[in-house]
Amino acid sequence: MSAPAPTAPPAATGTTVLDFTDVARQFPDGTVALEGVDLTIQRGEFVTVVGPSGCGKSTLLRIASGLDAASAGTARIDAKRIGYVFQDATLLPWRSVKKNVELLAELHGMSKTATNQAALDAIELVGLRGHEKKLPRALSGGMKMRASLARSLTLDPDLFLFDEPFGALDEITRERLNDELLRLFVTKGFGALFITHSVSEAVYMSTRVLVMSGRPGHIVDSFEVPFGPDRTPELRFTPEFAKLAGEVSHALREGHS
Amino acid sequence: MTAVQNPPTEEALVSTTLESPTEAPVAAGATPAPLVRRRRGKKLTGYLLPVAVFAALIGVWYAITYLILDPGRRFLMPAPHTLITEALLDPVITDKVWPALGRSIVVTFTGLAIAIVIGMLWAIAMSQSKAVEASLYPYAVALQCIPILALVPLIGFWFDFGFTSRVIVCVMIALFPIVSNTLFGIQSVDRGHHELFTLHKAGRITRLVKLQLPAAMPAIFAGFRISAGLSVVGAIVGDLFFKQGEPGLGILLSNFSSRLQGAPLFFTIVVTAALGFAVFFLFGWLAKLAVGSWYDQSRDAS
Repeated sequence: MSAPAPTAPPAATGTTVLDFTDVARQFPDGTVALEGVDLTIQRGEFVTVVGPSGCGKSTLLRIASGLDAASAGTARIDAKRIGYVFQDATLLPWRSVKKNVELLAELHGMSKTATNQAALDAIELVGLRGHEKKLPRALSGGMKMRASLARSLTLDPDLFLFDEPFGALDEITRERLNDELLRLFVTKGFGALFITHSVSEAVYMSTRVLVMSGRPGHIVDSFEVPFGPDRTPELRFTPEFAKLAGEVSHALREGHS
Repeated sequence: MTAVQNPPTEEALVSTTLESPTEAPVAAGATPAPLVRRRRGKKLTGYLLPVAVFAALIGVWYAITYLILDPGRRFLMPAPHTLITEALLDPVITDKVWPALGRSIVVTFTGLAIAIVIGMLWAIAMSQSKAVEASLYPYAVALQCIPILALVPLIGFWFDFGFTSRVIVCVMIALFPIVSNTLFGIQSVDRGHHELFTLHKAGRITRLVKLQLPAAMPAIFAGFRISAGLSVVGAIVGDLFFKQGEPGLGILLSNFSSRLQGAPLFFTIVVTAALGFAVFFLFGWLAKLAVGSWYDQSRDAS
């Protein structure tokens, strides 16, 4: 019963959902977390930011989500609905999987029937059928992340923000979730801003990889990823993949020194 | 929530490290004999030992009654079985004790219910604004710091010596743990959860109802349990002080002791203690019912 890819391509691919011009963020204590960031994301684009800890990646994401505001430049968000997947699954421990998935729809004032249907669809999409009644404590790390993903999916977001969502998972679970997220991305065609430490994950997932460097945080390099939407795990072992990953790693080191 | 959930794992770690020294040599021995000894050892600590200690205490009690006290002074410590023969089976005594128990239960639960309502509203008000917290928290602390006993005569002075005064004493004694636990619970909500609600523009009421109160429930129930015990104390203390109106357990205790009725006095003490235990376990059970499915209570079950 896994949802088939829609026959027609998702509507409005190519609409700009995020547009940053010369965005900077200076904290009250004087620390400059971000400087001169230009970034545009359209629907159907999967943009990943890699960079060392403390380089301002999270600040970038927080500004994109509206949790934080730019202190200079313009940060325009043209997405009606934003999905945000945190580093932790942030599930409410007293709610069942189903109830957790329904939370955001509830907060957005969707009707009961619409909420219910959206939750069932999202649970189906992330492969958690049969686990609806479980409490988060009974879930593995990977399943928690799926539930968290499903929760955002109920909103059918135009823009999806990911803050190192799979960082705490083991390698195997992580790669599986990479594939599932990729499949969702191809099906839904949202715009994504994904943050990670892993170069391999960045190259595998993205249409574009940005390399950030810290003090103050800025984008040092940008790589278009030439691989098409039908990516399989074998891609990670091709010379093309290795070459691109090598270039990104090199840019990371350069930016870091 | 993560902050609250971490301690149990730490505790689990501690308990395993505590157990391992006793078990490690046994495992090293690898012969059947030590295994049996270990099993018997566990039975001893888990079941036999408590019974033995209880029996020993009863034995000491009998020894004091029959070996130490003169026959004329045995009312000071009547033998355990006389609690049954001279109190539980004596309708003159039980006709006093059971109605008194009933009255004390009513006072305890009325006081507790009022304390729960006032305490939670108080804490919720404080959780919604720093200014409100700064203005109201000192009074919660004052409530805890002022010996309520000092106020009991005043309460009688103002509200007469009946049911109302007794309930007010209960409320004053039981209030603080509910206020402080509710506030602590609400303020300990995971930051990530707050950001999730902020991100999706949840209003104050939605945040309170869907996030803060459910997250605070384990702490709130821990507060209920402490307050329930205190409310029993309040009911007895109010009684002891006011000594008027329909007698509760406190008045009976006072009467029996002034009339040197040892066995009825001891029996009433046991009944009072049983009320305390019952209330404590009732709230433990309610907490388990309410939050046991998702919250590990073992760490604050005391």
